[in-house]
Amino acid sequence: MEEVRKYWDEAHECMSREEMKKLQGEKLVKQVRHVWDNVPYYRKKMEEAGVTPDDIKTVDDLCKLPFLSKADLREAYPYGLLGKPLSECVRIQSTSGTTGKRVVAFYTQADVDMWEDCVARAITAAGGNEDDVCQVAYGYGLFTGGAGLHGGSHKVGCLTLPMSSGNTERQIQFMQDLGATILCCTPSYAAYVGETLAEMGLTPDDIKLKAGIFGAEPWTEEMRQEIEKSLGIKAYDIYGLTELSGPGVAFECCEQKGMHVNEDHFIPEIINPETGEVLPDGTKGELVFTAIDKEAFPMIRYRTRDICVLSREKCSCGRTLVRMAKPMGRSDDMLIIKGVNVFPSQIESVLLKMSNATPNYQIVVDRVGTTDTFEILVEISDDMFSDTIKTFEELQKKISNDIKSVLGIRAKIKLVEPKSIPRSEGKAVRVIDKRKLV
Amino acid sequence: MTVKQLSVFVENRAGRLSNITRLLGDNGINIRAMSIADTKDFGILRLIVNDSEKAMQVLKDNSFAVTITNVLALRIADRPGGLADSMACLYKDNISVEYMYAAFISETSETAYLILRPDKTDEAVTALTEGGFKLVSDEELKSL
Ligand SMILES: [Zn+2]
Repeated sequence: MEEVRKYWDEAHECMSREEMKKLQGEKLVKQVRHVWDNVPYYRKKMEEAGVTPDDIKTVDDLCKLPFLSKADLREAYPYGLLGKPLSECVRIQSTSGTTGKRVVAFYTQADVDMWEDCVARAITAAGGNEDDVCQVAYGYGLFTGGAGLHGGSHKVGCLTLPMSSGNTERQIQFMQDLGATILCCTPSYAAYVGETLAEMGLTPDDIKLKAGIFGAEPWTEEMRQEIEKSLGIKAYDIYGLTELSGPGVAFECCEQKGMHVNEDHFIPEIINPETGEVLPDGTKGELVFTAIDKEAFPMIRYRTRDICVLSREKCSCGRTLVRMAKPMGRSDDMLIIKGVNVFPSQIESVLLKMSNATPNYQIVVDRVGTTDTFEILVEISDDMFSDTIKTFEELQKKISNDIKSVLGIRAKIKLVEPKSIPRSEGKAVRVIDKRKLV
Repeated sequence: MTVKQLSVFVENRAGRLSNITRLLGDNGINIRAMSIADTKDFGILRLIVNDSEKAMQVLKDNSFAVTITNVLALRIADRPGGLADSMACLYKDNISVEYMYAAFISETSETAYLILRPDKTDEAVTALTEGGFKLVSDEELKSL
């Protein structure tokens, strides 16, 4: 019997530290020269910082280079950061979001190949191979989720079901009829598929799914457990940004202890978000990436706004690629309520610990006079429903107390009817900050 | 000898009650008794209907959180002290009532009906039956 393939690219995924640093250094030197020659926007930044390509000799010189941020992307929109003539580009992908916040990224064929290769590593790490049927329920189109997983699935040789998101009952029907074994979508949609499966009177035994690859939005460990239970699968996290290519910048292995960064393509750094100073491995800070292979959209020291930690501890899966912890939240998502930093993910983890609580919730922040108001709407579900007011009041109080102990501030908990919080089948709207409207 | 009561979670927003009652009416469900327990933000609407299974399905299909509880439907003499006698009967056996409300069933004046939820349902059924009180079943309720 043929041995099951454990790695997609063993040479790179299990490379020794010295070899990796050498490879990164060589690529970085080349990439900085490429950007200097072809991206006037970044060259100007280098000149202002007093750095030339000659100053970059090894990967340790990376910290000399200036950062790129979302503000730069906005300023340089749409073509200012292009590293190749449009005639050599073959693809555009974009994030959702309003004008100004939207990221539009360009790809050469080599960029697409590299991206799909990264996703292929993720699918292989989730146990996927050419015998699998891979159902891609990320949105297709400009969004990188659909395109990325679709391409990766092809590369691995899975039978690919390009479902896109939505029409959940049909998704489940296809799962049943065509025996999908791997589901790729956002974690909130995976949770929704799980709910729908139960609503249709089906159990995980009625489908053949064994693994799921979920990303594009923050999710908690508790949510992972819910999804794993409701669909009868092992759920793997995948990380990426459109600025860098898309999903596949980092991926989870069977150990589920952080995501391996494809650092032969993307060099990660953790910095102090206030000073820009590089922090040692194991310290919490803002994640910064340098794409050392990207041709068309070559991001150097791109600040992701994601707060996270890198770990070089040996992983039992055999990969030597550095691992990044699940981001604790984007600094963009972070709310400051009554002077306290609040990440929606913290609230989610409290709600999921309530027995029977559903993860569907919405944070509403407002300001009355000079005081912030902080309210959390929580949808109640049949199984947390009881016949007496007392039970509901106890539930309200328990959520409120737990929020207080996690965040240090109290929120007003409002129980609302099922499905009354608007939920898109892609990303859920978790925060309404009315203070910004003033 | 219990009857099935539907409890529906309802937010305190304009039009919710009218929505639910219209929804049930449009589906041919007749409400035999109802009460609302409410707080500032939400309430629990408790309903006794002629077809609880169907009502449950209709409400669920329309995304309401709903649950079924077994409660007692007690027939008492419609005269001063009629209610007090039945309460005394429960009290004697250490059974307390979580809540109760009147049902609008009978057009005749001799009897009244009460829906009540005791803390110990089985004991309450025994106590009331042995005390000579008449409990109504789901079937009887439908024909009333
Ligand atoms: Zn690993």
